[in-house]
Amino acid sequence: MTLKALFAASATAALLLATSASAAELTVGFSQIGSESGWRAAETSVSKSEASKRKINLKIADAQQKQENQIKAIRSFIAQGVDAIFLAPVVASGWDAVLKEAKEAKIPVVLLDRDIDPAGKDLYLTAVTSDSVHEGAVAGEWLAKTVGGKDCNVVELQGTVGASVATNRKKGFDSVVAKNANLKVVRSQTGEFTRAKGKEVMESFIKAENGGKSICAVYAHNDDMMVGAIQAMKEAGLKPGKDILTVSIDAVPDIFKAIAAGEANATVELTPNMAGPAFDAIVAFKEKGTVPPKWIQTESKLYTSADEPMKVYDSKKGLGY
Amino acid sequence: MTLRIPRRGMAQALALIIILMIDRLVSPQFFNLHLQDGRLFGSVIDVLNRGTPVALLSLGMVLVIATGGIDLSVGAVMAIAGATAASLADTHSLPVVIASALAVGLACGLWNGILVAVLRIQPIVATLILMVAGRGIAQLITEGRIVTFTSPDLVWMGNGAVLGLPTPVVIALGMLLVTAAVVRGTALGLLIEATGGNARASELSGVGTRAMILSVYVWCGLCAALAGVIAAADIMGADANNAGLWLELDAILAVVIGGTSLFGGRFSLVLAVAGALIIQAMNTGILLSGYPPELNLLVKAVVVLAVLLAQSPRLGDLSRFTARWRRTK
Repeated sequence: MTLKALFAASATAALLLATSASAAELTVGFSQIGSESGWRAAETSVSKSEASKRKINLKIADAQQKQENQIKAIRSFIAQGVDAIFLAPVVASGWDAVLKEAKEAKIPVVLLDRDIDPAGKDLYLTAVTSDSVHEGAVAGEWLAKTVGGKDCNVVELQGTVGASVATNRKKGFDSVVAKNANLKVVRSQTGEFTRAKGKEVMESFIKAENGGKSICAVYAHNDDMMVGAIQAMKEAGLKPGKDILTVSIDAVPDIFKAIAAGEANATVELTPNMAGPAFDAIVAFKEKGTVPPKWIQTESKLYTSADEPMKVYDSKKGLGY
Repeated sequence: MTLRIPRRGMAQALALIIILMIDRLVSPQFFNLHLQDGRLFGSVIDVLNRGTPVALLSLGMVLVIATGGIDLSVGAVMAIAGATAASLADTHSLPVVIASALAVGLACGLWNGILVAVLRIQPIVATLILMVAGRGIAQLITEGRIVTFTSPDLVWMGNGAVLGLPTPVVIALGMLLVTAAVVRGTALGLLIEATGGNARASELSGVGTRAMILSVYVWCGLCAALAGVIAAADIMGADANNAGLWLELDAILAVVIGGTSLFGGRFSLVLAVAGALIIQAMNTGILLSGYPPELNLLVKAVVVLAVLLAQSPRLGDLSRFTARWRRTK
């Protein structure tokens, strides 16, 4: 408790210092979920650098995957009178009460990375998220373009069964497959978003599909599973990236190493820079009163060997992935 | 004519054979083998190789369960040991890496053992502490990211081969032999069973139950650490969030399928490993079958239920009863 009090006191002190230094400078409170994954860590570090780029005073509260901690953090941000609150909601529901408090205090709230239940739509200013259906479609379109009109048997490594990201990335990819008669998903299993499972599932796919000879491409819902699958292909004597094309999503640093080595072909980025567009929206809202659209979609950029993979790797490896 | 009561191990052997046959049905090339880069390659090898972590865990777990305890922390210990090995791999030699990882496992086992044997905390609660905290410790070591390494020595632990067999399989086999020699070659196994059967009676008849309990948790920690090193070597990286996740449950299941009672007492090392192979044969079969992943857990549950029912003593009584009923008719 004393530690917490100390933190609160120092946070308030920092706030006072910041406000006295420059009246125009914005203070934004960011309730981050916690360090659930490397991407999350990268999002936090990019948020910090984006804030300092714009000379915005950013306060990050780590909720350690607990909604009650996020609610507490938001209440404390309201009490401190911040100019805006960023929220990466750990769950979709249960935000009404605390967001109403923010609204009454006239503090705009921006959702980052995840949306909340539609009932709360009027309680936040805008949501900056990636469209995971679109990510799947970008991956699918790259594959359709790369194979041209040739027949291509695709094996799919799904994310965790029931996770909305997995469902959506599958949906987006399937929509492209449906439009291209030459593409066919012959096998689809869950690799649970992990390297170990991605490897294990790929090992069975290779055995079930004639030693991998009838597989033309692998589509993985995230890069980590693909890194595992690449190892499985290599151990089976196949050449990933040549014998079997690969496309996955997320753009974590390690996949760029694989792309540079010619062992992976493409990845679709889930950008960790959610805070950048959110800061821009807040600045425009505060200075000119511009109300941003309810949803700001981040770019789902496709990276291949043509995008200087080692350079991207170097720029990403320090972000905490 | 009374039905002969199946000998110990029959149910497990039968279950394994039936599951392998089903695997052969869903995937005609199941038993195909060939050499690939000096290493046997085929689905059967996958079953052995992928079953290794759980088999190793079950070797420790079966002893813990035989004393009437349980160790929920093995998955987390895997993560800590894997993280330790991966962070040292590129800067230290293989013996140092493995010794450090095993030392970490030993420390974790000692912690559990002291909580259970000395402080008399219920095993499920005592090991729950490390199950939760352990993953946090692993994340601290890896700083929340996947620590990768390139050290060929450590990679060999996961992806190499000894006489064509994957290294992990050989390690697990070695551990089975060592464990069997230690507990069955001496009176140790008997003392462990006595502790689990009736701790007070054993204590009064001069068995050092406290030392027994402490040592099985230490052994369990060591086995888990070895499993963690292999899991990290397999993917050339330590994934603190996911390494060994929920594997404690698979290990307990393997022990139970192997016919060891959770109340403690009589145990079988070989059957626990057979349990691990049954679980993996089923997993590999599901992956080969091409069924949608939504069915994975359902199929698993049905098979486990069938194997456990086959072992139920009541079901044996039932068949004897129906046989008698038929006779009297």
